Amino acid sequence: MHELGVVFHVIKTVEEVAKENRITEIEAVTLQLGEVSGVVESYLQNCWKWSVEKKSQILKDSTLLVEQIPAVTYCEDCEKTYPTVEHGKICPFCGSGHTYLKQGNEFLIKEISGC
Amino acid sequence: MKEFKVIEVKRSIFEDNAADAARLRETLREQKTFLLNLMSSPGAGKTSTLKRTISMLKEEMRIGVMEADIDSDVDAQSILETGAKAIQIHTGGMCHLDADMTRQGLLEFGTEDLDLVVLENVGNLVCPAEFDTGACKNVMILSVPEGHDKPLKYPLMFSVCDVVLINKTDVLPYFDFDMEKCREYIQKRNPKAKVIPISAKTGEGFYQWTDWLRRETADWTKEH
Repeated sequence: MHELGVVFHVIKTVEEVAKENRITEIEAVTLQLGEVSGVVESYLQNCWKWSVEKKSQILKDSTLLVEQIPAVTYCEDCEKTYPTVEHGKICPFCGSGHTYLKQGNEFLIKEISGC
Repeated sequence: MKEFKVIEVKRSIFEDNAADAARLRETLREQKTFLLNLMSSPGAGKTSTLKRTISMLKEEMRIGVMEADIDSDVDAQSILETGAKAIQIHTGGMCHLDADMTRQGLLEFGTEDLDLVVLENVGNLVCPAEFDTGACKNVMILSVPEGHDKPLKYPLMFSVCDVVLINKTDVLPYFDFDMEKCREYIQKRNPKAKVIPISAKTGEGFYQWTDWLRRETADWTKEH
């Protein structure tokens, strides 16, 4: 939904990290993306390509790698976990609505490689 | 052959923004400026609600409005006519504002001499809810023609708001809008949200709304 803004933020952060580590050329950036983070990977890749070509000397030849994190919800009543995308907020084991997302809305910059 | 090294970063994009927003709130508190983030879908009546609000409060506080839009300055022009200070921020195609963009807008605007700044966010019920702008309070406007089921469709927006204004009550007779159901759906998502039905056209509900705004601004800007 807001991939472009997120990409600008990633570029800014990665450039800072590169500077701190005296890196002048970045080969790859690895992100970890939750299944229900609201970010669509294919849009993200397109925004990335456009933005690095236009805006970043240090990133212009880099590849964006994305690792998906599955969404998992925890039920407070029966204390079980289940896949969020399939069942939503209602626990498939006991029917309770007292549930919360355990993982799956992350958007992390995991690592960068460069020289 | 180039030697590549791997550097572990482990930084969350959303958390970075949240931390940045918290810093911006600190600055606003020190400088005694209350920043209100106003959100809604396009056409719900953000600008007309603001115009009436400003006309009721402008004698007692110094007000500024930051209009965030993808393009154009029609909203800022319209606010300037009320006598309040206004600035247009172009998001350049982006669907929301984040804390850093808000800070840049505030710097450009010059807010030290203002008591209340309203940030009119991009008309959209999805993305603005996901990014903390650094505002002191969040308010959204839902208008009667949009329907009472919106809290079910956009739960995040309703769960981040301190106040939900239900605008255009003057057209209630013409729509199948169920006010009680709407309140119930909002309470289910966010028990703390205050629901105020208003009409920017007739002025209904504006005493209750401006009372809330006056109290919150006074609370934020008093000596700590």
